[in-house]
Amino acid sequence: MKALCVLLFALCVLPAYAADKWTGVDESVVEKYAKEHGREAAKPLINVEQGDLQLFMFLLAGTIGGFAAGYYWRKLTEPGAAGQTQKQQNGPEKE
Amino acid sequence: MIKQIICLVIFFAFASLAVASDAMAMHISEGILPFNWAVLWFAVAAPFVAFGLFRLQKRASVDLSFKPLVGLMAAAVFIISCMPIPVPTAGTCSHPCGTGMAAILLGPSISVLVAAAALLIQALFLAHGGLSTWGANILSMGVLGSFAGYFTFRLLRSAGMNITIAGFFAGLFADWATYAGTAAMLASGIKGDTPFMPLFWKILISFIPTQLPLGILEGGMTAGVIVLLYKKRPDLLVKMCVLRPEEIRT
Repeated sequence: MKALCVLLFALCVLPAYAADKWTGVDESVVEKYAKEHGREAAKPLINVEQGDLQLFMFLLAGTIGGFAAGYYWRKLTEPGAAGQTQKQQNGPEKE
Repeated sequence: MIKQIICLVIFFAFASLAVASDAMAMHISEGILPFNWAVLWFAVAAPFVAFGLFRLQKRASVDLSFKPLVGLMAAAVFIISCMPIPVPTAGTCSHPCGTGMAAILLGPSISVLVAAAALLIQALFLAHGGLSTWGANILSMGVLGSFAGYFTFRLLRSAGMNITIAGFFAGLFADWATYAGTAAMLASGIKGDTPFMPLFWKILISFIPTQLPLGILEGGMTAGVIVLLYKKRPDLLVKMCVLRPEEIRT
């Protein structure tokens, strides 16, 4: 469990250092070869950097993600929710 | 224990948002592939996604707690495939895929579905990949990654390997298959009049300095998750058809 915590922590912290110093392979490989052959990456179809769109998207994703997480959390953990069988709800059957 | 794992994943998902940075991806970016190639890869990927949906409905009708597990795994794949990991030896960064792990636990077809959902959100909100290249990215990360990981795991298990080794090589080959697929799709899309194979090898070799160590990291991560579940909740592995009941230590 401790090893998993350390791994997850490292995976969360390393990206903060990675992005500033080193380019991703999308730039250094994919886009490089595409450019050499006359293809360039287009701007994203939905450019979320315009105005407050990013904030709105963040809010929308947070709302949807929060709803989904809560909904499935309840299904997984709450007694009597859809994920529990009738037998589990009632406990072991009496002989 | 499973609640603790879920809490950890959620906590670190939020922690990763706190240090969020520009997406560094291996996915094929928006507009890189010509229209006809983009359509072709989408057409090839679509049946796999449809079959994944069918399998999900079928398994969820038998086991009502299966969908929450799929949702949790989708969140894990989304996070794993968003995180740029620096590779000091190559001076670049890239990310693991998580599809090997998802394929072992959920089956390859549902893992394709999970990858498709993660890639769609990344294309829409993170400029990571693209909508026009969604099909190609599903095919490389979802289909090739999932099936390579799943069959490697199954093959090694049937050859008598323990789950640590089988999980490690499943993660490793899932990662490498994804990048080999990306190289093939990119080469076919941008080659123009030049021959395919030299360009394919050139792109594939360019991936090696970054993906060789990252594949090993992904193998270790996949094996770690499978072994953790085996030690703490082997019943979950039986439920997800990863192990047979008689394979659990008593």
